[in-house]
This record gives sequence, C-alpha cells and structure tokens, in this order.
Amino acid sequence: MSGRHYLPLTDRERGEMLAAIGANSVEDLFSDVPAAVRLQREMSLPPPLAEGEVLQHLKKLAAKNRHSGDCVSFLGGGVYDHFIPSVVKHITGRSEFYTSYTPYQAEISQGVLQAIFEYQTMICELTGMEVSNASLYDGATALAEGAIMACGATCRSRVLVSRTVNPWYRQVLRTYMDSRGLVLEELPMAEGQTDFGRLEAALGDDVAALILQRPNFFGLVEDMAGVADLLHARGALLIMGVDPLSLPLLQAPVEYGADIVAGEGQSLGSPQSFGGPLLGFFAAGQKLIRRMPGRIVGETVDKEGNRGFVLTLQAREQHIRRERATSNICSNQALNALAAAVYLACLGPGGLTEVATLCLQKAAYARERIASLPGYEVPFPGVYFREFPVRIPGTAAELNRELLKNNVLGGLDLAPHYPELGNAVLLSVTEKRTREEIDLLVRLLEGYR
Amino acid sequence: MEWQIPEGLKFTRRHEWIREEGDNTVRVGVTDYAQDKLGSIVFVELPEIGRKLRAGQSMAVIESVKAVADTYSPVDGTVVEVNEALPDQPELLNQDPYGEGWMVRLQTAEGCEKVELLDPGAYAGWIRQQEEEGEQ
Amino acid sequence: MRKTQKLLFESGRPGRRGVSLPALDVSARPLEELLPQAFRRQLPLGLPELSEPEVVRHYTALSTRNHGVDSGFYPLGSCTMKYNPKVNEEAAALPGFALVHPCQEDETVQGILELLYEAEQYLKEITGMDRITFQPVAGAHGELTGLMMIQAYHRWHGQNRDKVLVPDSAHGTNPATAAMAGFEVIQVPSDQRGLVDLAALKEALGPDTAALMLTNPNTLGLFEEDILEIAAAVHAAGGLLYYDGANLNAVMGYARPGDMGFDVVHLNLHKTFATPHGGGGPGSGTVGVKEKLAPFLPLPLVERGEAGFYLDHDRPQSIGRVHSFHGNFGVVVKAYTYLRMMGADGLKQASADAVLNANYLMHRLKPIFHLPYDRVCKHEFVLSAREQKKMGAGAGDIAKALLDFGFHPPTVYFPLVVTEALMVEPTETESRETLDSFAEAMAEIARLVREDPERVKEAPHTTVVGRLDEARAVRQLRVRWSKEEA
Repeated sequence: MSGRHYLPLTDRERGEMLAAIGANSVEDLFSDVPAAVRLQREMSLPPPLAEGEVLQHLKKLAAKNRHSGDCVSFLGGGVYDHFIPSVVKHITGRSEFYTSYTPYQAEISQGVLQAIFEYQTMICELTGMEVSNASLYDGATALAEGAIMACGATCRSRVLVSRTVNPWYRQVLRTYMDSRGLVLEELPMAEGQTDFGRLEAALGDDVAALILQRPNFFGLVEDMAGVADLLHARGALLIMGVDPLSLPLLQAPVEYGADIVAGEGQSLGSPQSFGGPLLGFFAAGQKLIRRMPGRIVGETVDKEGNRGFVLTLQAREQHIRRERATSNICSNQALNALAAAVYLACLGPGGLTEVATLCLQKAAYARERIASLPGYEVPFPGVYFREFPVRIPGTAAELNRELLKNNVLGGLDLAPHYPELGNAVLLSVTEKRTREEIDLLVRLLEGYR
Repeated sequence: MEWQIPEGLKFTRRHEWIREEGDNTVRVGVTDYAQDKLGSIVFVELPEIGRKLRAGQSMAVIESVKAVADTYSPVDGTVVEVNEALPDQPELLNQDPYGEGWMVRLQTAEGCEKVELLDPGAYAGWIRQQEEEGEQ
Repeated sequence: MRKTQKLLFESGRPGRRGVSLPALDVSARPLEELLPQAFRRQLPLGLPELSEPEVVRHYTALSTRNHGVDSGFYPLGSCTMKYNPKVNEEAAALPGFALVHPCQEDETVQGILELLYEAEQYLKEITGMDRITFQPVAGAHGELTGLMMIQAYHRWHGQNRDKVLVPDSAHGTNPATAAMAGFEVIQVPSDQRGLVDLAALKEALGPDTAALMLTNPNTLGLFEEDILEIAAAVHAAGGLLYYDGANLNAVMGYARPGDMGFDVVHLNLHKTFATPHGGGGPGSGTVGVKEKLAPFLPLPLVERGEAGFYLDHDRPQSIGRVHSFHGNFGVVVKAYTYLRMMGADGLKQASADAVLNANYLMHRLKPIFHLPYDRVCKHEFVLSAREQKKMGAGAGDIAKALLDFGFHPPTVYFPLVVTEALMVEPTETESRETLDSFAEAMAEIARLVREDPERVKEAPHTTVVGRLDEARAVRQLRVRWSKEEA
C-alpha cells in the first residue's frame, strides 16, 4: 500500500499499543467524536500512487507548462528570471534547515538563528536602515504591514500610494487597509512617474505615510529629492518598496530619508515558482523596532559568555501579546531568507554590483533597439533599471502568442492596469539574457507588426 | 514560595502596590509576586507626565521575556513623576520592586476614586487564593 | 562541546567572490549616461567577500547546529512536525513548476492550473467545504483571509458585526488576526472538561457577533464534543464559524469541518500535508469556504472551461488580493504529491496513527507528570509540570533538559489555560521505539528534578551553546552585526 512507508507502526505494534492504553480498537480513541459529525463513508480521493508513479504523474503535469528553462523569458513585474548559483539550492536543501520550524528552542537552532541574524545584517547593509526583521510573506504584504505600522506609529489612518507602485501590491494594500477601516488613496502619475506636484495638496494631518516603489512598476527610477522632507514636515512617513538587486547602484533608501523599507526578495536566490514562495523583506529605523511585524533575531550570550542568537522582542508577537500584537504573523518565509543570505554571501558586494550593472546595460540595449522599431514606442522618458514599458501594435495576448511560437515568453500585459497606455507590455531584461536572445526578441517584434 | 509584602503599603488585586506620600501624592509600583510571575523584565512603557488617569485605567505596560502585562492606576490622579531609571534598567523591577523599581507618582485629590485596596494581610490571602486556582 | 561559529562578516577577505558571472555581451554604455550621479549609491555596501568553498563550509557548519525533523523527534505541539517526504522536494523543483512565471498566459500554464484545480477537489473532499483558495501563505494569513471574507459577507448583508469570539485556549494568531482585521476580540472561557464553556459562549453571542474562531480538536488535543450545538448557537445568532485547521491531522477521514458546521476553514499544508516548515516558513494557509462565502474569495480562482483551465479574475464581490500572485504554489505542489501518494486510506491511517501515538505517549507520561485533562486525546495532549515547578524546575527547564537527550522539546507554556504546560504532538511518522525512548527521557528528567533541580535549571549541557540569556538579548538589543561593535 502506497504512502504507508511514512508510517512506522506495524499492525502488531498498533495492537500492543492499544492494549497498553486499555483500548480495544482505534475506534475507541475516536469515541469522543459524536456520531452525527462522523464521516460515515470513505473519502473519495484518487487511488494512491507509488513514489515512482507519482513522480511520473507530476512530470506530465510539469511538461504541460512553458517556462524559462525551455523559453527565453522577458517577464518581470515583481518576479524575475535571475541566475541562482548552484550553492543556494544545495544549502537550502540541507534538511537540518528545511525540516526545522521557527527556532523557539535557541540552543538547538543556532544554525537558522545565526543565518537569519546574518540575513538581517545584509538587509540593513543593502537598504542602509538600522533594523530588519526575519522576513514576511512577499513584497505586497510587506508593504501592507508597513502601511499598518505607519498608521500605528503616527496615530493616523490615511495612506497614500503612488499609481506607479506594482498594481497587485496596491490591490493587496487595499484589501488589508479596507478590512481594518484604514483609508488608501492613490497619488496620480505623470509620464510614468509619481506626480510629486500633487503630493503637497494630498497631504493632510491624517496622512500616516506615502508608499513609493523604486524602481517603480515601469522600471523607472524616480527622483526622490525633497520627498522625505515634505512628508516629515507634515508628520508623515516615507515607505519605500525597493528592488534589492538595484541597490548596489541606486541610492540606498536611507540616503533619501526612507522610514520604512519593504520589498520583494525573490530575485535574491528564489526560483519563480509561479509566484511563490516569495520573500518579503522589511527594514526600518531603530526607533520603530518595537512596532515591527514578524520575528526578529538578536545576539546574546550563554552563562559561559559564548555568543549565541535567540528570537528577541517576542513580546510584540501574537503568541504573547495576542490581540494587541503588532501583527498576526507566525510562519514566515525563513527558507527564502536563507536563500537570499546564501545568494548575497556568494555574490558579495562585487558580484552584486556586477549583476545590477549587467541588468542595467542589457535592458538599455534592448530598450533602445525596440524603441527604434517602427510601430513600437517606449512611452515614458526617464532613468530605467531592468524593465521598461513598450507600446505595441495589437494586443499583448496576440503578441505573446506569436513570440511563444519561437519559444519566447514575452511581455506582461499593462492594459488591465493602465488602460490609458493602450496596448502596452512591460519587458524585463535580467543578466541572464544574452545579446543573441535580445536580438531574437527584436527580430520577432519587427516581424510581428 | 514566599513573596515580600511590606507593611505600610496597600495592594490591588491586580498586584500593584500604592504608598501614600503625605503631600496628596501616591507612589505606585508592582508587587514582588507580580515581578516573580512575569520573570525577567525587559521593557517598561511609562505614561507621560501630566497625563490624567482614572482609577482602574491602564497606566503602564511591562514586558518580560515571556509575557506582557498592563498595570493599572489604583486611583484617580495626574502623573507628576515617573521612574526615569526604568527604561534603561527595567531589571530594577525584578531586583527591588518596592524601592528602586517604583513606577509612577500620582497627584491625587482628597476623597478621590480608588479601586479596592487590600492591606498586607488581605493581599497575602489573595495571592494564596490565586496560587491555589493555578493548581488546576 | 561548546563551540561558536564565526559570522560571515568575520570571515573572508576583500576581493574574494563566490560566483562567476557572464561578461557583458552588448556594447557597454558609460554608467553616467544610464544613471545620473545624483541617483547613484554613495553608501558603502558592507557585504561579506567569500569564495564558494568558504560559503559552503560556513552554511554546512551552521546546518550542523540545527535540529530538524530529519535530525530527530520533534514533538512540538500544535505544529505537526511530521516527516517531510523527499519526493515532494523533487516534484516542486521540476523546471515545469519552479521556472514558471506567475504572469504567463493561461495556455502556457495548463499543467499548473490542472494541479491547482485537482488539489482543490481533494481538499474540498477532505474538509467538506465548497471552494478553496491557495493564496494565503501561512496559517495566520489564512485566518486573516477568512476573517476578511466573513467581514465582507456581513457587510454585503448590510450587517455591522464587529466582534469575534475566541476561546481562551486558542492559538495567539486567532485574537491577533481578529484585531488585525479590525474586529474586537471577546474571549470565551473553557470549562472543567477543557472544552468551550457552552453557557458562557451563548452568553457572549449577540447581534454584534461576526464569528467564533475554533480549533477542533482544540489546543488541549480534545475534541469539542458539543460542536454541533456550538455551531447551531453561533449560526442562530447570525454569526459564522471559523475553523483553525492547525489540528486537522487528528481527524482526516473521521470527521470534516464542513460537516461540523464550519463556514470557513484554513489548512496548514505545512502541518497536515507534510510539506516542510523551512526553519519558520514557507508554509501555505490554504482556505476553504462554504458556498455562501465563495463570492468573497480572493482573486483569482482556477476554473475549468471548454478550452482548458483558466484563472478567473472576474469576481466582483471578492475581497481582492491577499498575496502578490497565487500564494506559495511550490508548497502546494508538495502537498499535492503527498495527497496523491497517501490516498483516502493512507490519510485516514495517518490520522489514526497520530491519535494512537499521542494516546500511547500520554498513557506512558501521565504517571510522571500531572495530566490536567485525563481523557482520550486526539493527536496531541497537554501535561503540566506544576509538581516539578514546586521542586524548583518548571516546564521551560524540562524543555531545556530534553535537549541533552537529543529531542526537540514539546511546546511549552501554551495553551495558557494550563499552568506550566508541556504540549506534546508526536505525529504518525514516529516509531514506537522513539516514543518509548522519549518517555524514558522524560522519566529521567522528572527524577533529576526531584534529586537535583539545580542541574536541570542549568540545562542544556551538551549543546553547542549553553542556555542563552533572552533577557539580555532584549535589554542590550543587537539585531545586526556591525563593524564598530565587533
């Protein structure tokens, strides 16, 4: 019988154990489940498969999908096809890590705890912020937690979000804030960038924070000069969604006055995996640490003075503070945080800068070549990092179908989120894309119109 | 287990102590029993000076490694002084709850509202009762 | 025995690197042209510089300082630390799953949508619910999603219900979630049996009740026998019933939350369905609902049409999104793999063995430790170390002493309704020998507490670090390494 190889008890042992506790049968152990709620039939599920059979079945399902292994992918928008060093998979595949849980018992969890302490340090280094937590679910919920935290810290209830922030993140923000009775308001965009001219008028004594993304959803790097000062003068906080891979080149959020920094860390060593598991990272200034959501690892010593690491500031958390906790989060994305730490350890400052530069240069090459094609247009001027929008002749679905015939996964359709752009897609160029692949895309686009 | 219950103080059922200072002010802290139950205290959030509190209203928050507890004002009053040493040395609450670990001094008015206050004997009985209930 | 491990930041040398990258194959533009100086980072980037072998040695050393299910027994109550089949990892890593972008056109992800569709059918059958969303990525995230739907449901019906009832034995996430969704939390006491106090519940119910959140079996490992009466009372008051699925491992194939009267259910795929806990995550907080709540499910849902499977975004009553994309799909693949291997019989046997193991271990331990609720348990049970505490060593000390025997301790100091609680969940994937040796270790520790409580209070003695000073970690807060403090 399949699946049973995970169950060590033999029938003989079951009998002996039942006898030891004075029960006649397993049924006796379910005597407290009232007959009226007992399932009076067997569950109807497909018959069990042996290990080899199940793997065959899953391979068949997997084979029905196209992916960046058998196609050239230009998809982005929060999840990217970046190179993952082999080391990352091997380390996160060590079962001492992946079969453990939240490190409540510090003395036998020093591996995860130290790795997270190092991860927190790396996130602080990347962002320039003073403190980081041990991870949240994804970029969207990290921003939502940031918005809630800002409302708590300022005792205000309105949050502004730029229309240039990832549209799915804005949807998640809306869901979280509506439920809690907080107000989310959109700050309009002009030429693909936040319309900062409208900011002053949008601010008020009830505005807790402004949420921006950098690079923004279109890949544009917005000019942050004066933004934080304006917000701080009105008692509001600046919440930044940032792409960690851009940070070796772009200003660190602390350099333009961010108070809370959150974002998606998938590009640091996690596979795309149809959009999950992802990695929400979260950093802030020291004075906000008691309001931070999620686990935090801290350094301490044992009685002999040996350095060790523990979960700290736990009194913020749900298992102690219950309805007054800073957040309800319990399980997080620790293994993805470990992957990010291993990734960053492998790349180091030099490697990370090189990846960012490769993205920047290759995206610029692709952008300029595509912009010069008749029928195609990059709608907004400005400074781009790794992705850019393109107006296309025809719909995104039609174009992508054509591209797929040549094993190219094309653009992300912008029309549902920004109808004012007409037919347009977002293209992303990572360090993995070769000149040959970019040229192929350009040729296909040229041939398509 | 033996917990200190000094003479000359009054106590609340929520384990605060209160000492009349004679100038229409009272000093408030948490009892030895409370600090022992909380364990290592790591953080204390005190009220702002000038804040008006009603009897029974939450006054401060104490965090230990494993728990969080509110403390409540035993009387109607205005905060005139807080123990400035506590934020940096929360362990004073463990080491000397009735002395160096005091929390708040409140200005009160003659005949103001108070929560029910117990004398040392009655408080000792209350603790015993709590311990027995905890046995279940 | 004691041995510290250097931090990454204390290792390596400037100029080392642990990765090789391709050369730039397009003509390089001057950086200033692409990125104005004013946008450039000035702050130094203080990441470690290590070669690949150093990185691997570092993390391999760290892994040896960590206890996982693969290392040994992990009876952490409420967390269902069962064995994680290896084939699940292989399945989730298939390129056709791991390398797929979440925004691909539906026709390029038919295998993924089929898997999600099928997984939904199986979980509906197991729970007795009508629709499933895979978007929530953790139990608490599922709770939040569920309560948001309950809120939307009441609002849709023009009702302002702002109170959520939570038993005093509930997981901390329940009240924290209710508060996060903007509800007021009302605590319902337990009775002498360790079950919801029905009279107190009825007293607390009213026209402002949005929902009751319940775990069944509850956190004491006891089945809420009055569940049908509880459900009837909540529904009669116009409230809905929320099922915290943390303990579903006890009843698969025996009873279904849908048949007990629950309207919303969250499942922890990382508990019941054998996906690994990842050192804290990722998990999956998959949520199931009855038909009346289905319109409020997060966007999008997987549907089957004539041309194949598709993602349905056209759901006007939906609460919206709760995750950037489709939840932790990689975790769902692992749970699906497990389901296909177990089948209906296998799952039922898993629950039967989980309950048998718990009752057997409870029977072995109750002569040694106080058992506050002495009756048949489900997949877990709660002991009290109150007698040991009187001798000088409490539940926390006993947990630390267990580390010296190579076991992960039970959950301690939870649920709050038991003093000095030790919450033991052995799971079905443990052998009788393991249970026996754990029982012997517990007996030995109880003896040590009688004879030398001070030694127990100083445990652990054999781990890579001794008992760590948690108070110091907060009082002298240090949550990152820095050059200055080093």
